[in-house]
Formats: sequence, C-alpha cells, structure tokens
Amino acid sequence: MAKRDRLSGNEAVAYAMRQIDPDVMGAFPITPSTEIPQYFAQYVADGLVHTEFVTVESEHSSMSTCIGAEAAGARAITATSSCGLALMWELLYVAASYRLPVTLACVNRALTGPININNDHSDSMGARDTGWIQIYAENNQEAYDNYLQAMPIGENPAVRLPVMVCQDGFITSHAVENIELCDDADVKSFVGEYQPEHFLLKHENPLAVGPYGISPYYMEAKMGQAAAMQEAKRVILEVGRRFGEMTGRTYGFFESYQLEDAETAVVLIGSSAGTARACVDELRAQGKKAGMLKLRVFRPFPFDEIAAALSHCKAIAIMDKCESFSAAGGPLGAEVRAALYGCKERPVAVNYVYGLGGRDFRVDDCAEIFRALDECVAAGETGAPYRHIGQRG
Amino acid sequence: MKKAENINENSTWQELTPGCEIYEPGTAFQFSTGEWRTAAPVWNPNKCKQCLMCTPYCPDSAIPVRDGKRQDFDFDHCKGCGVCAKVCPFKAIQFGKGDA
Amino acid sequence: MAYNLKKEMSKPERFVGGHRLCAGCGAGVTVRAVLRALDPEDKAVVTNATGCLEVSSFLYPYTAWTDSYIHNAFENAAATCGGVEAAYNVLKRRGKVQDNFKFITFGGDGGTYDIGFQSLSGAMERGHDMVYVCYDNEAYMNTGIQRSGATPRFADATTTPVGRVSNGKKQNKKDLTEIMVAHGIPYVAQSTFLTSMKDLHEKAHKAIYTPGPAFLNVLSPCPRGWRYATEDLAEITRLAVESCAWPLFEVIDGEYRLTYEPKKKLPVADFMRPQGRFRHCFAPGGEWMIEEAQQWVDQKWEKLLAKCR
Repeated sequence: MAKRDRLSGNEAVAYAMRQIDPDVMGAFPITPSTEIPQYFAQYVADGLVHTEFVTVESEHSSMSTCIGAEAAGARAITATSSCGLALMWELLYVAASYRLPVTLACVNRALTGPININNDHSDSMGARDTGWIQIYAENNQEAYDNYLQAMPIGENPAVRLPVMVCQDGFITSHAVENIELCDDADVKSFVGEYQPEHFLLKHENPLAVGPYGISPYYMEAKMGQAAAMQEAKRVILEVGRRFGEMTGRTYGFFESYQLEDAETAVVLIGSSAGTARACVDELRAQGKKAGMLKLRVFRPFPFDEIAAALSHCKAIAIMDKCESFSAAGGPLGAEVRAALYGCKERPVAVNYVYGLGGRDFRVDDCAEIFRALDECVAAGETGAPYRHIGQRG
Repeated sequence: MKKAENINENSTWQELTPGCEIYEPGTAFQFSTGEWRTAAPVWNPNKCKQCLMCTPYCPDSAIPVRDGKRQDFDFDHCKGCGVCAKVCPFKAIQFGKGDA
Repeated sequence: MAYNLKKEMSKPERFVGGHRLCAGCGAGVTVRAVLRALDPEDKAVVTNATGCLEVSSFLYPYTAWTDSYIHNAFENAAATCGGVEAAYNVLKRRGKVQDNFKFITFGGDGGTYDIGFQSLSGAMERGHDMVYVCYDNEAYMNTGIQRSGATPRFADATTTPVGRVSNGKKQNKKDLTEIMVAHGIPYVAQSTFLTSMKDLHEKAHKAIYTPGPAFLNVLSPCPRGWRYATEDLAEITRLAVESCAWPLFEVIDGEYRLTYEPKKKLPVADFMRPQGRFRHCFAPGGEWMIEEAQQWVDQKWEKLLAKCR
C-alpha cells in the first residue's frame, strides 16, 4: 500500500534511494543537494541499506567512483548541484560515452559568479550535451517518481545511458510538501536488479573499458550513443506508463496544461510550473485561452512531440531559467524554436530568461508575459524575440 | 558476443561494441608491431645459458618462455629496442641493424 | 618464498605484445613486473590514468591487458579504482561476484604527482584495498616531454627548455613517495629495474597482498624524453640506483627499510651523463649544476638513511 507523508524534495529522493538500496554511492556535499547524502548516510549508519558509501574528497571523485563502480557491475549513484556538477564535467562525457547508466540526483543551483546558492538551471543546462538523459521535476512528488524511473530507463539494454534527475534547489529540495510514497517491495520489483551483460568483475570474461578511439571509430561510437538516445524516447514512455500502472501517476515527455485550445502559452521547466498553472487558471477564469507546457524530459529532446503540442498556438513564451550568453536567448528557447521550424503553421515565439540565482517568479510576472504575448498576437509580430524578466532596470 | 577480430576500420556503427568495450583478453596480440623494427636482436641458443635475465626486460613481452626456457623472439611484436642484448650476461643476443 | 626468475617468467603473460608503447619503453617493463607479482589464480582489475601507457595499451579494439581494464580520465585513476573496489566489496557481499580480485592502478608521473594527486590522496586516505603504481618517467611524455612535478632539476623538457637564460627545470623533483608515506598507509615503496627484478617483484607482491592501500613508485625511464639509446634501459636504472638518485626502499606501517644499499655510491653525474636532457650540465661552465644536483641527492640520501636506521 502506498502511504502519504510530508517530505522535502531532498528527503523524497533520499527515501527513493533507500528503497532502491543501490550498490555504491559517491558522496560529497554541496548546497543545496547536501541533504541527500546526509539522509542516506543515516540509512547506512542504521543498517537500512547495503550500499558502499564512498565519502570522496570532491565531486570529481564521486563521479569517478560511480564510473568505476558501474563498470564493475554495480548500480552507482551520486547527488550534486552547481559547481559540483561543473567539476564533474569531463566525467559526465565519460559516463555517457562508456554507456554506464549512473544515476545522478541534480539539485539545480546557479553557477558562479557571483557565487550564489539559489536555484536556476545553469548547472544542468550546461551539461545538456554531455550525453546524459535529463528529467526535471516540478515538485517533490515528481522528484521522487522520476528518481524511481531513472534506473529502469537508463539501464535498459537498448539505452545504457546515465540519467540526471533534476529538481529545483531550495524551492523543491527544501520545501516540505505532501507526497505519496510507494511500498518498498513495489519499488524493488519496479526498479529490478541491475544485470549488465558485461562488467569488470564478471567471471566468464574480462572487460576492457575506455579505449583510445582513432578517427575511423570515433564517429561510429558517437553514432551509437546518438542512437541510444533515440531509443531512450521509447523507453522513457514505456517506463512512464508502467509507473502509472503502479501508482496511477503516468509520465510522458511533458505535461500540457490547458494547452489543447490555447492561443497563448508558456513553455517552461521545473517548479515555476506551479506559478504558471495558477496564472493560467486566472486567465482562463477571465475567458482567455491561456495554456502551459511543462517540459519533463529535456534529453532526449521531444522534438516532434513539442512541435505537435504547440504548433496551433498563436504566440508562445519559452522560459529559460538560465542564460546561455548566446546573445540570442537560452537553450530551451533555441530548441523549442527549432522544433517548431518545420511546422507549416507555427506560433510567434518569444524567449524569456527569468529566475536566475533564485530570483522570484511570481504569478504577476507570468501574467505580464501573457500580456506581452497578447500584444504579439494583436500586432501580428514577435517584437524582441529575446527578453529578460524579473531584473531591475 | 562481439569479437575484436570482427571489428575493423570498415565496420559500421552497429557492428561496434557499445561504449567501445572489449570482452576478450589481450586482443592487442592480433596487432603486429614487428614492422617498427629498424634493428633486430639475434638469439644464439648455443651461447644462451637460459638464465632468463633478458625476459623481464622486454617491454613488448616478445621473449616467450616455455617450460622454464626462453624461445626465439616473437618477431611479430619485437620492436627492436635492443634492451635484451644489453642485459644478457653471456652475449647470447646480438643486436644490429637490419631485419630478422 | 624465495624469488625465482624462472618460475616467475613461466607465469602466463598478463600484458601482451602488440601494444604501441615506444621501443624500449620503461612503462611496459614496469607493468609486466607488477602484474607478474599477482598469484596466477587471482584476477585483477587494472585502472589506468590517461597517458602513454593508456593510449598505447588499449587502442580500440586492441587491448594489451588480459585482465579487466578501465581507463576513465587523466586525473582520476585512483578514485576510479576506488569505485571498482567498492563495487567488488558490495557485489561480493551480495553473492554476485565469486572470484578473488585485486585492484591495481597505473598512472604516469603526470597523472600521479600532478593532475591526479588529489584523487590519489583521497583514495589512499579512504583506505581502499588497492595498489597505485606510478610509472615515473619524469615528465609528461605522452604530450611530448613537458616538465612535471617529477622532473628533476636541470632537466631539459619542452616547457623548461634550455636556452641562453635557462638551464632547464628550475625546481627539484617533488618527493611523492614521502608524501604517500605521510598518508600513513600500510605499504609504500620505491623501486625500479635492477638485475633480475627481484626488488620490484617483491615490492609489487607486498603491495598487492597487503590489505588496504599501497603505493609503489617505479622509476620507468623514457628513452625519447631522457634522450639515451633505447638499449641502455637497464644501465640507466642501475645508475639511478647506484648514484642514489633513485634509492630503493620500502615503508611498512611507517617503518623504513632500505632494500638496496650501493657498495660504493656513484656520483650523480654518472647517472646524468648518458642522458641528453642533462647535456648542458656537462658543457663548460655547467659544473655548478652537477654540484647542486649532487648536493640535492646527498641531502635526500642522508635523510633517508637516517629514517632507515
């Protein structure tokens, strides 16, 4: 029987980790993900898990530990944020290209500088091209649910890719909310055992991992990785459906809210969806056809599905909780626009950068965006396609 | 299980192993480095006392030992560094220019 | 058990020919000697830092290793090995692994003294049951002989070239072996190739079979970087040892033991002279360099002797 509780996002993820009882955890503190290894350390101390808890001297070594452990045949996990993820950068590529399904709980935080511990998406968005699957949560329930789905997705033999399970720092990680938790036994059977075909400690044959790949092989190796990411789309939906059968909470690539007949819509990721949903409700009450698309899976990017979901709108605002300093917008803006490019009918699209370093995103801000979209529709043109909101001046 | 011998520079991406893994021991043995040699060691079994001093000094594992006795060089892999000739206490290995 | 070269050389080879290390490379000799110290019934997982050895010994699809092998990156070989060892402990407890495995990491001096040092220090402090072997060839050889923390003073390296106002590297070699001793780990040793390889073999065996972390620093000459004729490998390591530029010793649970004492300590100039990287020290006016190099060696040697007594 599922049970109801009140947990923060960090507690929820640590709780999921306990239920999975992974083989190895690389642990290093960084705000705001620190609580995850802390909660887990207590599970270890209380004998509730059998995990080798490796208290490394840096995030670089926690990812290195995970790569070694996963290649050895273990289910390896870690958690980090911001600069910790940045320190892992090179190894994120290693984990993905070696096709090692490590699971990383990313508690999103701004990247320096100035140094700032609050939420935005600049850490994981910077890692978007490392070859990791990226799944984002709106709240603690989704953080928990996504975490339970990470291993069945990443470890699928057709996929074999690492998975980053992201939640918003403090807003989700530290705020206590109601949550529905699965039974330990249900989690065990849903997640299953990690059974790689080949691993370093295998009895029958040795395994060599991490060669030098000369040019005649490198592109083929990358093609294999790209194909695995394609396969991940199918598996993500399959696992999301199966999770729904167990819990009643089915997951896809994104959540559409009042989008079907929407004339204007915001596209965003993470906890801001709650704010946007409230705004959409207000506007709908006023008779305005407002909607929202909350993206859950950023890697692989649901290119066709997003285009299909948004093409009927008249104007959309694509919301990036990070700067990419391209002087032309953020990563979500670029990719959603690219997805829409092939549509015969497509909305005008404005890309907003918002919420950096913990800057509030309020219902009023969202309403202002919808007003701006109405202006675009009325004028029949986009105006400035790249805007910031929430800053002074 | 994909074998190294079936993977080459004409293989398609589907024919490569995922993550470029190899599932067999010592597949490098299939690769010849003998042509790197510009000079070759010549073993004189008559002078050789089978002390085996030369064998651990070979960086290329190219002095096979069978039943406690060294055999002739593995010229598929000997790169002709000449270290073995210098460590032989009995001058049983000649090292000079030219191929063997 | 007494060292028997015949018996050791009759073991199956665990590092096969066909790798692409340069002719006469010291790293290949080091790897073979260390792996020979494994009992044949034991399996091993080898971890390798990026470097000459790595790019030469596993070029897809050719691995020179008969044991399982993982290369991760340049700076994290020790942490990677720690991860493998952690996995072994838990998978063994869970009944998923039956065989006995040993964990051996190889890194060059760049990957060990310098960029991989934090990872090494952390892994040793955590106490993983593993051996870290540094094949020290005293510069970044894979990228073309750039100086490292292990490069000796006055060596001509491509980032410390000799020039009108430069005499090669300005700093003395970092004493990594001492730093590893300071970690308080159960076994630390320094070795190289000497006569029948008994010294290196015995240290490798102790390092592998001492429970907990062990560190082995093996001087592994690079004929290209040091600029000597490839065939002189054994002579170069002999001179390193006989001049006390590279003393052979081990530290067991903090207790120092000299494993070889030269009958007559040779001048360090004898070690330097055959190497092109020190050629400028032997040009007219270079005497002070030889003197200072000798002072450094003498000072280190005396300190070591004091610790061994």
